[in-house]
Amino acid sequence: MKALVPVKRVVDYNVKVRPKVDGSAPEVNNLKMSINPFCEIAVEEAIRLKEKGLVEEVVVVTVGPQQAQEQLRTALALGADRAILVLTDILVEPLGVAKCLRELCHRETPDLILLGKQAIDGDNNQTGQMLGALTGFPQGTFASELTIEGNRAIVKREVDGGLQTVSLKLPAIVTSDLRLNEPRYASLPNIMKAKRKELSIATPEELGVDVSPRTQLLSVKLPPERKAGVVLSDVEALVDKLKNEAKVI
Amino acid sequence: MTVLILAEHDNLSLKPVTLSSVTAAKLVDDEIHILVAGSNCKSVADQAAAVPDVTEIVIADHPAYKDFLAENVAPLVAKIGSNYSHVFATSTTNAKNILPRAAALMDVQAISDISGIVDNETFERPIYAGSMIATITSGDSTKVITVRGTAFDGASETGGGATITPFTSSFEEASSEFISEEVIKSDRPELAGAKVVVSGGRALGSEEQFSLIYDFADQLGAAVGASRAAVDAGYAPNDMQVGQTGKIVAPDLYIAVGISGAIQHLAGMKDSKVIVAINKDQEAPIFSVADYGLVGDLFTALPEFEAAL
Repeated sequence: MKALVPVKRVVDYNVKVRPKVDGSAPEVNNLKMSINPFCEIAVEEAIRLKEKGLVEEVVVVTVGPQQAQEQLRTALALGADRAILVLTDILVEPLGVAKCLRELCHRETPDLILLGKQAIDGDNNQTGQMLGALTGFPQGTFASELTIEGNRAIVKREVDGGLQTVSLKLPAIVTSDLRLNEPRYASLPNIMKAKRKELSIATPEELGVDVSPRTQLLSVKLPPERKAGVVLSDVEALVDKLKNEAKVI
Repeated sequence: MTVLILAEHDNLSLKPVTLSSVTAAKLVDDEIHILVAGSNCKSVADQAAAVPDVTEIVIADHPAYKDFLAENVAPLVAKIGSNYSHVFATSTTNAKNILPRAAALMDVQAISDISGIVDNETFERPIYAGSMIATITSGDSTKVITVRGTAFDGASETGGGATITPFTSSFEEASSEFISEEVIKSDRPELAGAKVVVSGGRALGSEEQFSLIYDFADQLGAAVGASRAAVDAGYAPNDMQVGQTGKIVAPDLYIAVGISGAIQHLAGMKDSKVIVAINKDQEAPIFSVADYGLVGDLFTALPEFEAAL
């Protein structure tokens, strides 16, 4: 069985991002970049399936600029076998990414496609579902548990009221939630080994995909700031404020 | 131009979250239809028909839609939705699962979790865990959109009189199958729509001690939330998580107990009207957004608070 794992290069989750001075876009120059945390969980899950002998090859892929090779190398250091960069300087939307991935699914014929449930920059939560539509594969989104039984994936999903379990015929798409697993750290020898693993480059044009955006970002702004509050000395003062000033209890 | 809203329901009753999409739809167009896709869901259609300003209910009643599997519902939404200028659904896990799949079938770029409407083609939505608001415009023929429930008040539930039209053809994919559901039962108000929310964090220390949060919430008639740390530690179930990856809430009163206030948590609650923080660490980031802060041990503060009520 082959697993395809799309990953995204994003600003590190610990970094506070602000708008550019002219308000045209988020200011991301010179910020620390990482693999999107949800993608890291997807990579980890694929590697665990390989360690269990259920998956023979783990292929990681990203759609992005040259620098996104760093994130692919990180995934290779974690245990992926080879990597594909779909090289473009366009900021590709989920629909465009899903179309690139559909073409790679045709080339690579994976049995399982593991993605993160959302990227922490755009917060879209769309790409896996869109890939499902374009390939016709079933989807198990927001997965907190994944088991492979024969030619089916059993996915426990995190839904609003609790948990839901679905059974999907392979090939299938699974998007990871935070509780799917705890990703490992790459060891130094593995980081060195990853440098020699295969990393091939394609372009959207070669794949025959038009990735030009359908939406246009007009501006970004900071949300309204909350007024600084007061720190109270005891519970009595707090209850008094809530009753008489804020009138919420 | 007409807006189609995908109803959120459990085959028996319409979920109030759907009403936020009605309010949002009114800002786009006067003509609003609701799609009820489910199985034996006539009562849901009747309820939807009573929502004011809605003119037509499209009911797709078929066993294939019983469990709202995206593989079956998305082609239905794409088929019906392509006749509309906008397709809306309130951002629930269900809508997040189905709408992007429907959008890709229609070859349009979906727009997630909008918090504001500028005009028919221009929308505001939070990005980077709510640290910025982006204004985006879409040229797609049908705009497929999920609506942040807390950003739009719910429309009224009665007074309308929409016609109900059945949609008979159905879509069924054999590739996915519903197995089971573990629904967490609770008598407390639903988290996403509650007026008061009490949330506990890692500082509670154990699942047993987290019951202090339940007791406290019950006294206030509040819903219970949790930080990711509390959920990961096993103190609270995951459907209680408030934040970027959990639920977004905006109650009248949000009481954060033993929660430091990481950016990912703030993303889920900083639009609350009044925020109260109870924390031992006066440097905790939660105090930078709290209207009222209390620096102290939650294990002494909570009983005192209860006694004072």
